[in-house]
Amino acid sequence: MKKGEMQATLAQKLVARAAGKSSVTPGEIVTCKVDLAMMHDSGGPRRVKPMLERLGAKVWDPSKVVVITDHYVPTYDDESRKIIRIARDWVREAGIENFYDEQGICHVVLPERGHLRPGMFAVGGDSHSPTGGAFAAYMFGVGATEMLGVLVTGEIWLKVPHTIAMDFAGRLQDGVSAKDIMLFLIGKFGLDGGQYQAVEYRGPAIHALPMQERMTLCNMTAELGGQTGLISSDETTAEFLKIKVEPWDSDPDAPLMAHHRFDASTLAPQVAAPHSPANSKAAGEFGSVKPTLAYIGACTGAKLDDLRMAARVLRNRKSAMKLLVAPASARDLRTAEDEGTCKVLRDAGAEFLGLGCGICAGYGGNVLGENVVAISTTARNFKGRMGAASSQVYLASPYTVAATAAAGHICDPREMLQ
Amino acid sequence: MRAWVFGDDIDTDALAPGRYMKHGIEEIARHCLESLAPKFAKEVRFGDVLVAGRNFGAGSSREQAPAALKYLGIAALVAESFAGLFYRNALNLGLPALVCADARQIRDGDELKIDYESARILNLSARVGLAFEPIPPHLWQMVLDGGLLPHLEKRLKCRTTS
Repeated sequence: MKKGEMQATLAQKLVARAAGKSSVTPGEIVTCKVDLAMMHDSGGPRRVKPMLERLGAKVWDPSKVVVITDHYVPTYDDESRKIIRIARDWVREAGIENFYDEQGICHVVLPERGHLRPGMFAVGGDSHSPTGGAFAAYMFGVGATEMLGVLVTGEIWLKVPHTIAMDFAGRLQDGVSAKDIMLFLIGKFGLDGGQYQAVEYRGPAIHALPMQERMTLCNMTAELGGQTGLISSDETTAEFLKIKVEPWDSDPDAPLMAHHRFDASTLAPQVAAPHSPANSKAAGEFGSVKPTLAYIGACTGAKLDDLRMAARVLRNRKSAMKLLVAPASARDLRTAEDEGTCKVLRDAGAEFLGLGCGICAGYGGNVLGENVVAISTTARNFKGRMGAASSQVYLASPYTVAATAAAGHICDPREMLQ
Repeated sequence: MRAWVFGDDIDTDALAPGRYMKHGIEEIARHCLESLAPKFAKEVRFGDVLVAGRNFGAGSSREQAPAALKYLGIAALVAESFAGLFYRNALNLGLPALVCADARQIRDGDELKIDYESARILNLSARVGLAFEPIPPHLWQMVLDGGLLPHLEKRLKCRTTS
């Protein structure tokens, strides 16, 4: 960097590149070229196909589109079969080769299959699209009509975001995870704490996290109300993607909207009570709550690392409640099977569900019944989201959900690690 | 226009519940906000205004959330703030989302009139005018056109005829 040149945040650098400008200023409206557009079966083909037909338009660049079925799989009735059929037919008609059918949840499958690279500018037809920011890519969620605009023009407008830095010194204790960081931050700053700006996670505790844990952080930027969540690229990014990566990072003196500093080593496992992810406090303070169901699922909480966390607690233990596991991707499931992680979970009494968003999105045949009290590794516990309006959902990390399943009541998992 | 007043952090699962998402907008709209105001979908009238506190539309990217409100006849949304993704979705459907710092002054059932020219909400019941932040200029034409789809349609037509 030359002396006197403007210091820029990672978000500004990513947006400037996509906008074809040397620099951008927070608040400025720019038009960005989209490197990648991801859709799933719910907000994707079934919604954009009729709109494309009305316009008589074609996809601007089929090689930049990825379609993944995850919301209505496994199919369970006529409507879900129809929605999936539309997706399968449309990718063929539109010439989309990047199609992953029943391979897991879009946010996990996308980087797993090598579609994300540091420096990219990407949109996803799902609110948890900031997950891609873990790879130092600017990625955010859009609705179906906005996706249509991208499919037709290859572009999207953006108000250049300010950056809110969440800086974690030290190291997380064993048994404390990315999910706990996010529940803590959402509890502290609220569901709109991110102010639809870019939230950048940084500091030694963040860069010590493996890739899937970083994905959990960026994923829940949606619940923190940020447009995207970002982590600069490093060796861990390169290792996961199995490529050489360019360094994408904020300049040290780039102006920030806010710079919050925390000590990761003092963070306790967190649980968010019904009906908001912002209702969080230390897991140890919930002792009298006895859930009837433990759920390990979703892009937020059923990746390979998440399944391993649960297995570390549940080895040689039995679940005292119904325990459901819905792995986040086919590849992660295969690895977990091969290495014995699934066996540990099954021996503890876990019942495995199909690959997909399932209960987390309130879709499918397994949604929560009346008055069910669940503890879940998912991202949202809004009233009625996962089933009946009378059901109650507590959010926690895979460690805490597993420990709760074993103990029969909500508890701090740190004393149960093996 | 009657005001229907809701609180903070109204989420997209309340607006468009997941279990109805496989259906068309008519069915989703029938259940819009039923967990908070069971009579809303039945009693809301064409031209009514929905008023809320902070972070209206938190949660999902599902466009059926603003689409259900539009389908039910809601003419505009007024809130202290909107979740960013929901805000984009509402405007993309041609549904005005108006940021008003004084939204909390509006009472459920108040008669409102929205004057876009002067960027003011006239509360006829309380006899006060409340300022709102005008919709950003680069989006206003799209809203006037009825949303992104008709806006694109117009643009593509211009391109082929010119």
